Parts: sequence; structure tokens; C-alpha cells
Amino acid sequence: MTTQIFRDSSTDLNHRAKWWTSRVAIYGVLILWAVICLFPIYWTITTSFKMAPNVMKGNLIPWVDFTPKWIGWKSLGLSPDTIGAESTVRAEFMKRFWNSAVVSLTSSALAVGLGSLAAYGLSRFSYKFLWMKNADISFFFLSQLILPPVVLALPFLVLYKELALLDTRIGLILLYTLSVLPIVIWIMRDQFGSIPTELEEAALVDGLSIWGAFLTIIMPIALPGMVAAFILSLVLTWNEYFFAALLTSTYANTLPVMVASQTGSQGISWWSMAALSFAAILPLIIIGVVLERYIIKGMAAGAVK
Amino acid sequence: MSNGDLLHVVTNDNISPRRKALGRGVVWGSAALMAVIAALQTLQSTGHGDFGFANWRPTLYAYCLWATCLCWAQVLLHGEHGKRTLFVLPAALFVVSLTVFPLLFGLLIAFSSWNLSSPDGRQFNGLDNVRQMWADPFYWNAMWNMLAYSAAIIVEYAIAFGLALLLNAEIRARKFFRVAFLLPLMLSPVAVSWMIGKSMLEARYGPLARLGRFLGWDNPSFFGSPEVAKLTIMAMDAWTYIPFMMIMILAGLQAIPKELTEAAKVDGANGWRNFWEITFPLMLPVSITAILIRIIFKLKLADVVINVTSGGPGGATDTVTSFIFREYRDRSNVGYGTLLAMVYLVVIIIGMTLLMKLADRWMRPRT
Repeated sequence: MTTQIFRDSSTDLNHRAKWWTSRVAIYGVLILWAVICLFPIYWTITTSFKMAPNVMKGNLIPWVDFTPKWIGWKSLGLSPDTIGAESTVRAEFMKRFWNSAVVSLTSSALAVGLGSLAAYGLSRFSYKFLWMKNADISFFFLSQLILPPVVLALPFLVLYKELALLDTRIGLILLYTLSVLPIVIWIMRDQFGSIPTELEEAALVDGLSIWGAFLTIIMPIALPGMVAAFILSLVLTWNEYFFAALLTSTYANTLPVMVASQTGSQGISWWSMAALSFAAILPLIIIGVVLERYIIKGMAAGAVK
Repeated sequence: MSNGDLLHVVTNDNISPRRKALGRGVVWGSAALMAVIAALQTLQSTGHGDFGFANWRPTLYAYCLWATCLCWAQVLLHGEHGKRTLFVLPAALFVVSLTVFPLLFGLLIAFSSWNLSSPDGRQFNGLDNVRQMWADPFYWNAMWNMLAYSAAIIVEYAIAFGLALLLNAEIRARKFFRVAFLLPLMLSPVAVSWMIGKSMLEARYGPLARLGRFLGWDNPSFFGSPEVAKLTIMAMDAWTYIPFMMIMILAGLQAIPKELTEAAKVDGANGWRNFWEITFPLMLPVSITAILIRIIFKLKLADVVINVTSGGPGGATDTVTSFIFREYRDRSNVGYGTLLAMVYLVVIIIGMTLLMKLADRWMRPRT
């Protein structure tokens, strides 16, 4: 045995131990919260492959606790053996899915278009509409955020009835555009504010019109911000339930309404509900995982000035 | 706000009188057309003649035409300056026509008795709705619930701040954790209300009920007693929206210059003091923005309540929105529901203005 000549002093060892405990604590909390966030999603996926006894027994892990069956997806008409066959449920599901996609994509695009233009104008020029100056106009747009949907819901219900827009996609698109427009303006104002005006000045000197300068010079620079605004709007409009439940009944129903109408019935069939819920959230999970960068960018836009 | 254009453009506009006349003609012509169509439709709806309109769509089309003409006329009348107006005008027209008009119409409905399922139609009934509201315990109960729900934001904020600090620390697999923490925000509240509210919290077979039994809670029921039900709804809503606050705070944390915390460390501040004396004060503006936005979102809370408890037990979890939703769904009572919503709007506007004033005073640097 050789004696150790160089050794860590006791303060260093102390420090080491402290470092390790803090690491363990940090990762412990992180993992705990990750489980809290992910477990409901995991539960939904696995439940859609469970049979009734598996649910009753509380089995959690596929292939270990229970053998996965396509039962939930079969009831939706989306399992391997029913995918080729006719299925009214699947047709219904696809219709809702398509409605949701059309409504959310169109209204997000519309909101980003209108909102970007307005935000650009407000960040570059001074306006005077009646008594309203720039700051008032900005405030007017942003104040729409406070308006709770329930205030607009019933007047719109009556108006749409008169205009024959009830239960149409256009009606929903208009409302959804309205509801995400303030958020888009909020994000885009920030984006355009960070672009130096020298860029347009140079373009204008070179003979471009102001719209030409906006479309060819500024838009490409602000594109990441626009993507962020678009995706955030997409998430909000895809998930919207309140207006859809009030204003649609047969033709323009969106996916959340379909999911909600199933929960109302007595005696929940766990597997089919799980399959339906999972199918409804899957597009957003994919968007969340792939485009996470943009979502964070969009939400952070207003926070830091 | 700065005055004057940020972008100085010298334009040479020579707008001929003929062009100006055309511009005015376009606006007033389309306005006249809209007025005529609206007048005809009003006549038909009051029973003074039949012009063959099936619905109010023609007026809508005339309005759209007028709005387009108004935008076009800006260019005709003001040239380059008009083109600038064109950036903001479409959005402004869109918002005005979709909020101001329905709100005015809503005011009209709010003071009338109108049940969509009864054949009588709309009847003006003065302040009857207000009296009914005054005596409606469920509405006030829902209002108080909103206050309780909003108070829960403090807890959400604390959790979100903690998570943001952790994500900002030196950790591995940061991207994984960020994505995982973000996911709840992406899910639709309706799906969440099934996934968590109806299945995971199910009293017999739900995994959380099992966990509760395992931890020694004899008879776990998450929606049985009013207090527990309210807490459960708060928790579910928090689960969805904590990522939102977390990301705003994280963005704020990343904007803090590293030198500041390093300087504090050199001066001998430990982690705890460092947080309270450097990080937290610097984060105050971001925090207040995040909390205010979160309150705005919280005041719209409805989907989860409608789908999981529909206000029960005994109105303990009701939000104003879900209460009005049921008022319409169950009784088709448009008039009363609209009045409730209008009162809610007024309360929100007063409350938010006060809060923003307070926040403004609080954030102003003390000299």
C-alpha cells in the first residue's frame, strides 16, 4: 500500500458533494416534470390499444402488462384490417379533420397576412384615423385580446343566423381570424421594430415603391417571425372549441366538437375515446416536436423588449 | 411612441381633380348602394314589402364591396400616402366590422327578452334582465370562481419560474426537456379534458385515482366535493398553461446579461441572494407581462369546465363562460345570456385597467 500523497482538501470534497446533490436535485425535478407532462399523452396512446379488462386492471406497459389490440382504432375505422373497408365513423372523422384543417390553416394565413401588414404600417408610418394616432390604433388592436369570446358568441349566433353563415366554414374562419389577429400583431410589431429602416430607405432610393420594398426586402427578413405567428395561430385555432360548439352543428363541425360530443354520452368506451383524442392531438404533437423553435420564438417575442 | 414617420419618404404626388372626384365617387357610390340594399332589406324584414331576399347576405356583400372601394379610394385620393394607409386599413376595417358592430348589436339584445326556441322573437324588456342577474346566485358564484381561478395564477407563476430557472441552468438534453415541457400547451383543451379529466381522474380505474389509493387516500374522487373539484380544474388548466408562462420567463432569463450574475458571485452572493436581489428584480417586467397575459387567458377558461364537470358539483367549478354557454344550450336564452356576457366584459375591462395601472406604477423605476 502506497499512501496517497496528493489528496483533495476537505473543502473541495465538500464542494464536490454539494455539486452532486444539486445535480441530482435538478435532474430529479426535471424528470418528474417531464413525466407529468408526458404521462397523459402516453396514457392516451396506450389506452387506445387496450381491451376493457386491461383498463380495469390498470395495466400500463404494452407487451409486458397486456397485449396491444387495435380495438380503439377499429372503432374509428383506422386499424389495419378496417382501413380498406367502408366506415361511416372514419368518413365522419375525416370530414371533421378536414374541416379543422381548412378552418385553422385559412384563418391563420388570413390573420398573419392582415396582421403583418398592420404591424408593419404601425411600426413605420404615423397615422391619424379620425382621432386615433398610432399608439391608439395599436392599443385598439391589442385590446381585442381582452375581449372574452363569450361576449361575441351570442350576437354572432344571431347575426350568422340572419346572414346564413351559421354552420359554415367561412363563418368560423372569420371569427378565428379575429381571435388570433391581436396575437399576430403583437408578435409582428416586435419583429418589424427590430428591422432597421435604412434597409427600406436604400430600397426606396433605388426606385422601389413602398409596397415593393415591403414585399421584396422586408418580408423575407421577417419571415421567421411570420412563421412563428402562423404556427401559434394554428395551435390556437386548431384547438378552439367554444365558438365551434356554438356556431356549427352538422356541416362545419371541427375535430374538438367531435371529441367533446363523445365524452357527453354515458358509459365511456375508453379505447375509442383514447384513439379519437390521440388522433386529434397528433398533428399538434408533431408540430410541437418539429417546430418547437418557432413556437418558443413567437411566445418570447412580446416578453423581452 | 415617436411622432412623425420613422421612414421619411418624399413623394411627388400630383393628383388630378378628376382622379379625386373618381375616388370620392367610388366611396360614396358604394356606400349609397349599401344603404339602398340595407334599407330594402329592413323594409322586407319589417313586413313592408317583398323584394325576394332570402337572408341578409346581400347587405353583407354590399358592405364588403364598400370596404374594398374604401381601400381603393385611399390610393386614388391620396396617392403615396394612401398606399401607406393601405397597410393598416384592411385589418382595422376587419376588426371594427367584426367587433364593434356585434357589440352594439349585443347591447340591443342584452336589454331584451329573447328566447330562440320560442316563436315570439325579440322583445324589449328594459332592465328586467339586470334585475334577474342581480338575483341570480349562480352568476355571482361563477364570478367568484373566476376570482379564485385567477388567484391560482400565482402558484402557476411560481412553478413556471422554477422550471424556467432549471431550463436555464447548465443541463444536458435541454432540447428534450424543452419540447416535453412545451407539449401540454399544444394539446386541445377538449382532448385534455378527456385524457385527464375523464380517464386519468376516473374514480375507479384512472391511474391517478390508483395512485391516490396507493398513497392512502381511501376513496379518491376528484370531482366529489366542491373544493377538490375546483382544485382539480385549476390543476388541469395549470397543466396546460404553465408552459406558456415558462417560455416567456425563460426568454426573459436568457436576456439577462451573464456579467451581472457573475459580478454578484464575485461579490460573494450565494445562489439564494443572487436570485432575490439580481434575477427576480430584473425579471419583474417580464413577469408582470406574463401574468397579465395569463390572466387574460384565464378569464376565457371554459372548454375544460364545459367538458369535464359542466359546472358541477353545484356550480362549484363554473366559470362565467361555461355558465353562459349552458344558459344558451339548455334554455336558448339569448337575451339574458348576452347581458351576463356584457356585464362580464365591463367587469373585465375595469379590472384589467386597474391591474395595468397598478403594474405600471410598480414597474416604474424608483428614483
